[in-house]
Amino acid sequence: MADPMKIRANVQGDVAIVRVLMAHPMETGQRSQGGKKVPLHFIQSITAQLNGTTVFSADISQAISRDPVFAFRVKGAKAGDKIVVTWTDNKGETRTDETTVRGGS
Amino acid sequence: MQETRRSVIRAGGALALLALTGTALLKPGRAHAAWNKSAFEAKSAIDAMKALGMSSPEESRDIVIVAPDIAENGAVVPIEVTSNIPGTTSISVFIEKNPFPYTGTFGFAAGSVPFVHLRAKMGETSPVRVVVAAGGKHYTSAKEVKVTIGGCGG
Repeated sequence: MADPMKIRANVQGDVAIVRVLMAHPMETGQRSQGGKKVPLHFIQSITAQLNGTTVFSADISQAISRDPVFAFRVKGAKAGDKIVVTWTDNKGETRTDETTVRGGS
Repeated sequence: MQETRRSVIRAGGALALLALTGTALLKPGRAHAAWNKSAFEAKSAIDAMKALGMSSPEESRDIVIVAPDIAENGAVVPIEVTSNIPGTTSISVFIEKNPFPYTGTFGFAAGSVPFVHLRAKMGETSPVRVVVAAGGKHYTSAKEVKVTIGGCGG
């Protein structure tokens, strides 16, 4: 089981900025270790939901950096709303984490 | 097999269709189409765009790409894209000189702002090309990022 994501969601004006840090090796399949190629292992899809409605989704390749970081902006989110983020990798592993939107700063 | 009669599928490959319907069933409510294997495996940005149905996008000044002019570490290149085109539904990123240029597509739905921040690996100095889908049309812009140390292989 992969390590939990770190998700932060802060309201700024009428927009909530959501930042996600995922723990994942994101192997490109091009790196070798001890003379052997390290096989491809990377996150393929990400979805984010605000109170159960999908607001952001991503299909990504192995070109995304190790321990991926993403940020996106959701309009109309208020303090106390729930953000749920799910990722799935090419080996079928998946992880879902959630956070509560925090008030403006 | 009724499908075999449909020339569209014969041309496009039944596999792609299977993958598409399969994942669509598993993940309802996705903001855009399922993981496009042929686009991700394409070795040039043009082939990847073709596989995504994004041929001949229009140049646009309304796409803002924020990325370093010179990236010291190709393993972590921060890229920020904002689209000011009304009705933007997705932002796709291609790093033209990577072994597999197609880096990802970010879909926006239900009131999310067409903005994304990501960190990508870059093998060498290359233009970062962005294609925005809005209202059934495609728009593009690019920014050159110089890489002093490669982020692929090792």
